[in-house]
Amino acid sequence: MQIYLPIAELSVNIFLFLGMGAGVGFLSGLFGVGGGFLMTPLLIFAGIPPAVAVATEANQIVASSVSGALAHWRRGNVDIKMGVVLLIGGFIGSTLGVWVFGLLRGLGQIDLVIRLSYVVFLGIIGALMLVESLRAISRQRKPGGKRRKLHQHNWLHGLPFKMRFRRSKLYISALLPLGIGVVVGILAAIMGVGGGFIMVPAMIYLLGMPTAMVVGTSLFQIIFVTANVTFLQAWQNQTVDIFLALLLLTGGVIGAQFGTRAGAKLPGEQLRSMLALIVLGVCARLAYELLARPDDTFSIGTMLGHG
Amino acid sequence: MRLRSIGTVLYPLGRLGPRLLLAFMLLAFMLLGFARQTLAQAVVADLSDHLIAVTTGFDGAELLLFGAIEGDAADVIVVVRGPPEEIVVRRKDRIGGIWINNQKLVFGSVPAFYRLASTQPLETIASDRILARHGIGVEHIRMINPTAENGEVSIFREALIRNKARLGLYPTANEKVTLLGNRLFRSDIFFPSNVPTGTYDVTVYLFRDGKVISAQTTPLAVSKIGMGARVFAFAHRHSILYGIAAIAMALFAGWFAGAVAKRS
Repeated sequence: MQIYLPIAELSVNIFLFLGMGAGVGFLSGLFGVGGGFLMTPLLIFAGIPPAVAVATEANQIVASSVSGALAHWRRGNVDIKMGVVLLIGGFIGSTLGVWVFGLLRGLGQIDLVIRLSYVVFLGIIGALMLVESLRAISRQRKPGGKRRKLHQHNWLHGLPFKMRFRRSKLYISALLPLGIGVVVGILAAIMGVGGGFIMVPAMIYLLGMPTAMVVGTSLFQIIFVTANVTFLQAWQNQTVDIFLALLLLTGGVIGAQFGTRAGAKLPGEQLRSMLALIVLGVCARLAYELLARPDDTFSIGTMLGHG
Repeated sequence: MRLRSIGTVLYPLGRLGPRLLLAFMLLAFMLLGFARQTLAQAVVADLSDHLIAVTTGFDGAELLLFGAIEGDAADVIVVVRGPPEEIVVRRKDRIGGIWINNQKLVFGSVPAFYRLASTQPLETIASDRILARHGIGVEHIRMINPTAENGEVSIFREALIRNKARLGLYPTANEKVTLLGNRLFRSDIFFPSNVPTGTYDVTVYLFRDGKVISAQTTPLAVSKIGMGARVFAFAHRHSILYGIAAIAMALFAGWFAGAVAKRS
């Protein structure tokens, strides 16, 4: 069954996109990740113009992070104060990101920048995750391994504008979460991701936040940043396709339910190494497209339409 | 529906000075009268529909073009031209190991869509010169070329046509016009699901002895209709409201999914 997507301006198979939503939803339920970093490349592979894929995926992430954030909220796992500081940074970053996005689109380089960002970030995160989980697996086999310190003190703790975050039991410079927020906001706008995969490690390793607080707080921030991206993309670039977002949402909600159940039955570290392999796979595919000679070195676009 | 005489087809008015123009108009008037008598209604054609509605369930459309010719045996060429648009053609070059869009040229008034059907292969119907004059054939599609080195322009132009063909918007092969008893003709015209919206021209050319003896243009509208059209218009006209609506929808969907998941 076909449906015509009014903004992407093409006709797609409903079940293919519901299935993609369900597949990525399953993985995100299984691994507890947002899934934006998998969905946006998938949409691009499926022929959706990258500009529409990025903006629409931001819209979908609003929905998926709301249900996640609500669940964490009920358990008291959201540090509002930290979330708000991250959020201010996120607003600055995402506004900047959407502006840069429009600029690059005019220059005809947006596809390249989206793909490059994915290759770089997926490559780094995938490799780190793989190494980490392999190490953890070998540590499990040899009991009695050294425990790491919660966090080390370094120059980051000498920055001004110190703020007390009671929930997270931290006394750190507000510039740190603000900076993380800005970087994640830019990524959210350009890559169409929530940025959880960058923010969560940054909050654990750079800020030293307790792990229990990290996911809820990052989801809280992601709702507002992706909402800002959705709004700005819709306003300035008209690239948010509500029909496409609805298809992905519906599939995603169903998939996530199954994923969460399946995740409860599987061991954590094996799961993480599996996710790492998926991430590296997507990264390799995108890298190949950048490096290999394209079938046609020429491409066309309308002056104002999709790049 | 308009009947074009040989005179107006062969001599475009724009290039002539005012005095010549007057003389020409007198001549054209006479010719027109003459043409009416001998060539009137040399070809009549119509489409099975003058509107292609791009609805939410749109998956391409097929129209039937049909008509009749008057007089001796002749050849028919049908050309469908989409609305004009500005197209950027970009060339990727390998820079630092990766393929990056480098050079670009902008072509103006490029028909968004082009389709061709004929009773015989084009080259047997008329000379290249005649076909070029009427913009018949993929290589003769009219557009405003950018200013660049001559060789460059033709490479980019070929790339434009190749890319349009890959999208299914330009023909890869000639389609058939079927003649019945040298009087009636028909041709099926297929429009893919990614057909651009706008006003199209469907022109039927009647050729005899390698010359155009008559031509008729019929308009065709391709427009988005229904839910999808309203969404598109809303997204472009009230983009701020659209953005807010998109967020509201996502917030509701997220809350709803969470509530359902909690209960089960």
